Amino acid sequence: MRAPRIGLLSTGVLVSGCSGSQSALNPYGAPAVHVEHLIVGIVVLSGVIWLLVMVMLALALRRGRRAETEGQTSEGRLTMTVSAAVAVTVAIIAGMTIASFYTTRSMGVPQSAALTITVRAQQWWWQVIYAGSDGTPTFQTANEIHIPVGQDVRLQLESTDVIHSFWVPSLAGKQDLVPGRPNDLLLRAEKPGIYRGQCAEFCGLQHSHMAVMVVAEAPADYARWITSQRADAKMPADPDAASGQAAFLAKPCAACHTIRGTQATGTTGPDLTHIGSRQTIAAGLLETTRGSLAAWIADPQTLKPGNNMPMVPLTSIELQNICAYMDSLK
Amino acid sequence: MKDTRNPNRAFVAAAFLLIGVGAWLGWFRQARELRTDPPVAADLDQFRLMPNAISGTPPESYFAQGKLYETDAYNLSQGKRLYAWFGCSTCHGDGRGGVGPSFLDGWWLYGPEMVSIVASIRDGRPHGMPAFHDRMTIEQIWQLAGYVQTIGSYTPKTAAPSRNDDKQTRPAENRGPAKILFDEGPAGVHPDQGPSP
Repeated sequence: MRAPRIGLLSTGVLVSGCSGSQSALNPYGAPAVHVEHLIVGIVVLSGVIWLLVMVMLALALRRGRRAETEGQTSEGRLTMTVSAAVAVTVAIIAGMTIASFYTTRSMGVPQSAALTITVRAQQWWWQVIYAGSDGTPTFQTANEIHIPVGQDVRLQLESTDVIHSFWVPSLAGKQDLVPGRPNDLLLRAEKPGIYRGQCAEFCGLQHSHMAVMVVAEAPADYARWITSQRADAKMPADPDAASGQAAFLAKPCAACHTIRGTQATGTTGPDLTHIGSRQTIAAGLLETTRGSLAAWIADPQTLKPGNNMPMVPLTSIELQNICAYMDSLK
Repeated sequence: MKDTRNPNRAFVAAAFLLIGVGAWLGWFRQARELRTDPPVAADLDQFRLMPNAISGTPPESYFAQGKLYETDAYNLSQGKRLYAWFGCSTCHGDGRGGVGPSFLDGWWLYGPEMVSIVASIRDGRPHGMPAFHDRMTIEQIWQLAGYVQTIGSYTPKTAAPSRNDDKQTRPAENRGPAKILFDEGPAGVHPDQGPSP
């Protein structure tokens, strides 16, 4: 009585994982739709074949008992049956291979894609670099890619340390980011929304805490977002935030992080110019709130052991002020 | 009377023993210290220098931890990462020097002790070495110092950071490169090495 209930419950939990913001079975972009058709096609075909085999096995078992009593089957018939089965198997596997090949080919990146965004993976976060119309980088963000809806976006994928893999299941297939070898990926969202993705290649200690958010917006919203991101960070109006800024610049923070419009020009950590406007911090680990910012700055190694942010000694006042400053960077 | 299967059994037993020992060695690896307790990290700042700022005594906690910034491969790799990140190569190149002095020639202007190297990084030195105390945490400074000491070491260390993917330009970190050059004599390598401090 108990086992079936647990089975049902666990199936329910598993299936509920197939919907939501991160699912290959819930596609919202052309490349992801192609992949879904391929998966569903192969699963249905394989299911039908499995059923046929089971039916034939049952028939053979029944017939086998009769044949034992009635006599032998002829050699010629057996040869023909086996040959036919082999031919059908070869045809089906060839068919699935060809379908897979054409699906992969249809996902190629058109050189005409109007928008190119560079995504550089690092242990363990995503650096996202937006270029201006002339191709020179204009601003950076981290762990969050904004794209306009209904437009082909070319992602140029790079890595600085080890092999990572970019995977936003609802929008596109997987693509590896290999040091020294830039890769391309076509991203296209047909519906506005937030699509979650994550690194899909084991890349070290915090591989599971390396999420990326793709925010698809209507072209007008996207243009507004670009304008706001291009601007330098606002000078803090609040006195707490102002002393937070002073502490940030005096402490080792500024050696690794950039805040445009200030003297902080470090390049090894994420660009924090508009950190307050991002959904999450630490690559999807925590929502961007003042509390989680404080928790992260106070002790990054306990929240995400092995990451490259050191525990900087701060007084509680300095910590509060820096968090107020971070929060004000919208 | 002799059982002919005995040699086979001994072979199987030896194989199992080898696998067991290998598994134990893999399991019994050095624990990686990712989060230093704040009091211990603060203590790293409390080393004592000689009046001329050359050589001195590391804090007690450093010995209690087993001199980990010199001997632990993880900390050495972090030091190597920091060497690149904090632009040390701008002046010191790949360790062979440039604008700043070389680490590989066996000649240490302020001595090869960890405290001297830590003090050089933390407080800076005359003739262009900037102070990094407001750009790195003290723990990072010790990690970086451990790496710098390793690449200019007279005796090869058993621990070393991971190797570069790109072309090697100098002996690997664990080969005691300073010794190779130091054997030829420091005077020959650098007759006019810097002013006395």
